[in-house]
Amino acid sequence: MPSRRTFIVAGLAGGVALTLATLWRGRDATPVADPAQEPLARLGAAAPAILAAVIPVMLDGALPQSEAARREAAAETLVNVGRAVAGLPPAAQDELAELFALLGFGPARMLLARVGPPWSQASPAEIEAFLASWRQSGFTLLRSAYDALHQIIYAAWYGNPRSWSAIGYAGPPKLV
Amino acid sequence: MAAPAAAGIPDPVRAGLAGGWKVVDASRLERDLALETDVVIVGTGAGGGMAAEILANAGLAVVLVEEGPLQTSSDFRMRESDAYPALYQESAARKTRDKAINILQGRCVGGGTTVNWTSSFRTPGTTLRWWAAKHGLAGFGTADLAPWFEQVEARLSIAPWTVPPNANNAALAAGARAIGIPSGAIRRNVLGCWNIGYCGMGCPTNAKQSMLVTTIPAALQRGATLLTRARALQFEQEGDRVAALRCAAMAPDGVRPGPRRVTLRARAFVSAAGAIGTPALLLRSRVPDPHRLIGKRTFLHPVVVSVALMPGKVEAYSGAPQTIYSDHFLDTLPPDGPMGYKLEAPPIHPILGAITLPSHGQRHARWMEDLPRLQVLLALLRDGFHPDSAGGSVALAGDGTPVLDYPLTPYVWDGARRALASMAEIQFAAGARRVMPVHGEGEAYTRWSEAKEAIAAFDLKPLVTPVVSAHVMGGAPLGPDPARSVVDPSGRHHHLANLHVLDGSLFPTSIGANPQLSIYGIVARLATALAATLRKAPA
Repeated sequence: MPSRRTFIVAGLAGGVALTLATLWRGRDATPVADPAQEPLARLGAAAPAILAAVIPVMLDGALPQSEAARREAAAETLVNVGRAVAGLPPAAQDELAELFALLGFGPARMLLARVGPPWSQASPAEIEAFLASWRQSGFTLLRSAYDALHQIIYAAWYGNPRSWSAIGYAGPPKLV
Repeated sequence: MAAPAAAGIPDPVRAGLAGGWKVVDASRLERDLALETDVVIVGTGAGGGMAAEILANAGLAVVLVEEGPLQTSSDFRMRESDAYPALYQESAARKTRDKAINILQGRCVGGGTTVNWTSSFRTPGTTLRWWAAKHGLAGFGTADLAPWFEQVEARLSIAPWTVPPNANNAALAAGARAIGIPSGAIRRNVLGCWNIGYCGMGCPTNAKQSMLVTTIPAALQRGATLLTRARALQFEQEGDRVAALRCAAMAPDGVRPGPRRVTLRARAFVSAAGAIGTPALLLRSRVPDPHRLIGKRTFLHPVVVSVALMPGKVEAYSGAPQTIYSDHFLDTLPPDGPMGYKLEAPPIHPILGAITLPSHGQRHARWMEDLPRLQVLLALLRDGFHPDSAGGSVALAGDGTPVLDYPLTPYVWDGARRALASMAEIQFAAGARRVMPVHGEGEAYTRWSEAKEAIAAFDLKPLVTPVVSAHVMGGAPLGPDPARSVVDPSGRHHHLANLHVLDGSLFPTSIGANPQLSIYGIVARLATALAATLRKAPA
């Protein structure tokens, strides 16, 4: 369990970082050209790179073995995350956007996620350490952020029929 | 519209649309709309659907308002990735305020009945006796309600399910027998069910007797109007009456209100938007609430889950999803004693399975690889009967949408801990190789004694121990005393003469069983009385 002091420090740091990250997001907003990425754009400019880094680590052992198939499956998962997010109510989309703004803000990435390099250059081990620490965090806010990543990424992957053969699921029956 | 209907399976709703039913997709409106009618019903689920047929059969003009889309068997492709965004509130990811409970709730024509797992239980006698003794509710005893349950059971083909249970449910029966506790067979609202197991994604064969294929078509056949993709914003009041309901047509994305508005004037208004939607609508409308009761005592059945790896194939995604239950841990505890729970088995499809299994990476992937061998139990915790068991409360977010705050108290966690232990014991007794009580990092155990010891030491807490729920009740309870209830025992608002609540928000506590049949039976009775009143009263 974290001490009261770490709780307060993290709470303050989180609050300040969120505010700064929100300002950063405002400055950083650029239009997205690729229409397949449009739903993801709701999550802010930093979201695609963060998700692209997190997806292969969260889905380690689940994505296909071969490099080419793996890359393609991860890319499809990224697009499907965007689709899934588009079905959430505006308030939930805004909360996710805040999370990605926070993770995309360098100081917060280093202090709260403890990931040193930019997301696109972070190693799988660094990302795994980030996921594990938020999953086991003493702060419900960080655990809920882990849970959100878990839910959108797993829903995006296991909704994809490409994932089914590895888990022995034949798909829905043919009715006629 | 959507894909062509599958050859050979009749789609009675599309046939009705082709035959001239009055159905308006509000997201396609090019200008504002105003309608006048006898009765406006907000919501098309178990409450709204049942009320619609009864009021329309009485010769009243009815307008139904639904925030979700009209989808029919021809659209139901048995894929989670289609069904959750299209048919569920918040894409099946609705959460309580602190995100600790994930709520599965319908949002489509037919509401929860279009996506539920068909389990049909009459309201338990224990619950009804509690309402009489502690909430002053006279005339709602088992014998009083029996004729209403008989009527709706006949209407919706609710009957014993005589096909053998799938392996997932059979394991619950076998495990219960092995440890010496009773289990029973669940009755289902189906007619000619194909036993395929996709009830939660919309029944593709129209076997499930949901509101979508029974009462709503009957009401439409009688001339009712159905307005889809329209969000009820608020009731406008004049004196002690509601004069109109203002609605926003949803934007084409289905998640945001669009620019068009719909105004509905009527003699009577029925709120049947479910136990989160109804309190939210009443709060937005600022209806008189001198005792600040609206949205308070909103109940879930908080659910905890246990996953077992069985020696052989289970295929919990195949076959009727829920056919066996055990009430042993409800029946052996007084309602105001330690929290009791009902045991059932859920269907496990890839997305539902993956988001339920804890942790990630290799550990998660290995459990998913065993999906066909996973047997899963759930425990529905009975809330609302103990002083430390006051459920949650609905409030409004800045944009007017509802937020359910649901504190998980030590009392609830004590019930969760006992439930996790009961489920593990049953699963080992049914032959499980390993059992993972869903908690923390997802440790699994190979022996009951080992699991028992571990569960006793679990640090159960929000977002460490996943909690889900598919049942929402209360928040606008009925009762004789305006200081303790929002509506009177007829369902009429204590302060607004023509405003009625006819859905699960009426219940003073959680039900302690899957609530659809409780809603059907009680709403059938209240709607029948309302129809008689409205037929007598001049416009």
